[in-house]
Amino acid sequence: MTMTSPQVAARAGAGAPAGQSSRRASRRSWAGWWFIGPFMAVFALVFLAPIAYSIYLSVFRNQLIGGTAFVGLDNYARALGDAQFWSALGRVSLFLAVQVPVMLFIALVVALALDSGRLYGRSFFRISIFLPYAVPAVVATLMWGFMYGTRFGLVGNINQAFGLNLPSPLSSELVLASIGNIVTWEFIGYNMLIFYSALTVIPKSLYEAAEIDGAGQLRVITAIKLPAIRGAIVVASIFSVIGSFQLFNEPSILKSLSPNTISTYFTPNLYAFSLSFSGQQYNYSATVAIIMGLITMAIAYAVQVRGMRKER
Amino acid sequence: MSVQTAARPGSAGASSPAKFRTTRLRPARIGRRSRRSLALTLLMGLVLLYSLAPLFWLLVNATKTQDGLLNSFGLWFDGDFALWDNIARTATYDGGIFLRWFANTVLYVVLGAGGATFLAVLGGYALAKFDFPGRKAVFAVVIGAVAIPGTALAVPTFLMFSQMGLTNTPWAVIIPSLISPFGLYLMWTFASEAIPTEIMESARIDGASEARTFFQVCLPLLTPGIVTVLLFTMVATWNNYFLPLIMLKNPDWYPLTLGLNAWNAQAATAGGEAIFNLVITGSLLTILPLIAAFLLLQRYWQSGLSAGSVKE
Repeated sequence: MTMTSPQVAARAGAGAPAGQSSRRASRRSWAGWWFIGPFMAVFALVFLAPIAYSIYLSVFRNQLIGGTAFVGLDNYARALGDAQFWSALGRVSLFLAVQVPVMLFIALVVALALDSGRLYGRSFFRISIFLPYAVPAVVATLMWGFMYGTRFGLVGNINQAFGLNLPSPLSSELVLASIGNIVTWEFIGYNMLIFYSALTVIPKSLYEAAEIDGAGQLRVITAIKLPAIRGAIVVASIFSVIGSFQLFNEPSILKSLSPNTISTYFTPNLYAFSLSFSGQQYNYSATVAIIMGLITMAIAYAVQVRGMRKER
Repeated sequence: MSVQTAARPGSAGASSPAKFRTTRLRPARIGRRSRRSLALTLLMGLVLLYSLAPLFWLLVNATKTQDGLLNSFGLWFDGDFALWDNIARTATYDGGIFLRWFANTVLYVVLGAGGATFLAVLGGYALAKFDFPGRKAVFAVVIGAVAIPGTALAVPTFLMFSQMGLTNTPWAVIIPSLISPFGLYLMWTFASEAIPTEIMESARIDGASEARTFFQVCLPLLTPGIVTVLLFTMVATWNNYFLPLIMLKNPDWYPLTLGLNAWNAQAATAGGEAIFNLVITGSLLTILPLIAAFLLLQRYWQSGLSAGSVKE
């Protein structure tokens, strides 16, 4: 999953002004380029050039005889008929449909609980639940991977202690759910911060008005808080969609603990990675990456349109 | 690639350090709402437990020998307390390669996150305070690029860098880390609210050059925003896995994340020595600096969260 900024997201989500219209030194001149220039130069090198190169790669094919040949959209046609690609896409779609709602729901409940002011030790809760965000995906996956283990993991301990025979979380039936658990663990705190920072900017006068009207906690949540942070929920959902479709680190690292249950086409990213770095199929790999990019953007856009339309 | 930052909203207006202190003093909103609830605290305790238990597991198991790992209960200490021994072995194993990885990570963080913050501050300042030709285009391109999955860029970036002879050098990790679109966005909102245009105007009237106006007049005002961007770009760089995985073959240039994964994978290879106790101890050593940074700098990133709440 990618890491983006909870507070910026919350801010964007809360519909706060982006400062675009703020006072600027009004002289229109090239002077600004002295400051934005370095950023744009590096940006062109690590963002724009690779995108252009990727598109270029996707319309060629490396042939055994005759070197590289222009093939138009053949690579795209091949990807759309590729069972492994569809299997990977199906897997991350299932992941998205189950893991993201669970994670966002827990994060939302925690944020509401923190914001309600009814917790003992609120700042301890806030910092502790956020801490997993500071743990690298590699360490998180290794840690959970060891705990999942039936040898010296917790699952093994439990089986031993109670004479049970729990199935291994790394078996092929359960491994996707196990990955979902790792990702949930890593990102509950992060999403909680997105929601929580959106909740803190709700004007207090609204709560006072609600109290005068005799509204209860639940009513305050449904009538004031949830509508006010709808933007933040949409933003968190979009980040989670992008993160799910980009799923790579966790399965890639778990693969060494459980080589037989995670295939080289477990997720689309893993597939693109294997095509490039094990199969040397750079052109086809670029095509798969572009298709995933397009699908991700389309779904992120759909989430945004849908989320914003409901607002009315 | 997906090196993004999190940060406090510009609305923190935290140009005055005094505002930081308001964090702790955040008043109970309404008397009724500050009533504590034991049931809610216990319910949230479950999420807290979920968040902290794996970290506790890591801490406990870093004190065990390789044999102890296999033969004792996972969530409690073994008879032998081997933490210091494990740390010593982690640091010296394979000619002290762990320390090399640690130094590499620090290098990538200092140059990558430091550079990313520097570019974002310059660029954000330009967007906030200058009207220059192409300003709108810059904004549109950068925001559009955020939506592109970072991994879609990985393959073409690798191929480009490999033609430029940059792969397998630290530059392959550092250069892509230099771009943080969210850092740019954050500094832009921050700068537009923290720097009064009048100050810039009077500096210019006094004959200061643009560079001098920036470094001597504006930069000090941006400090709170800079610290936050730096903190979150640090996390992104410290935790980076995918980018170095693609770019680096030589273990001498690995960051900690790749190194730990390599140690873990070693047990699976034929004839490889299983050093899970070192993997676990190394993981603990990897996350400690970040957790310390988050705890020590709490007032910076948490004040950003509640800054909005003192506005009303």
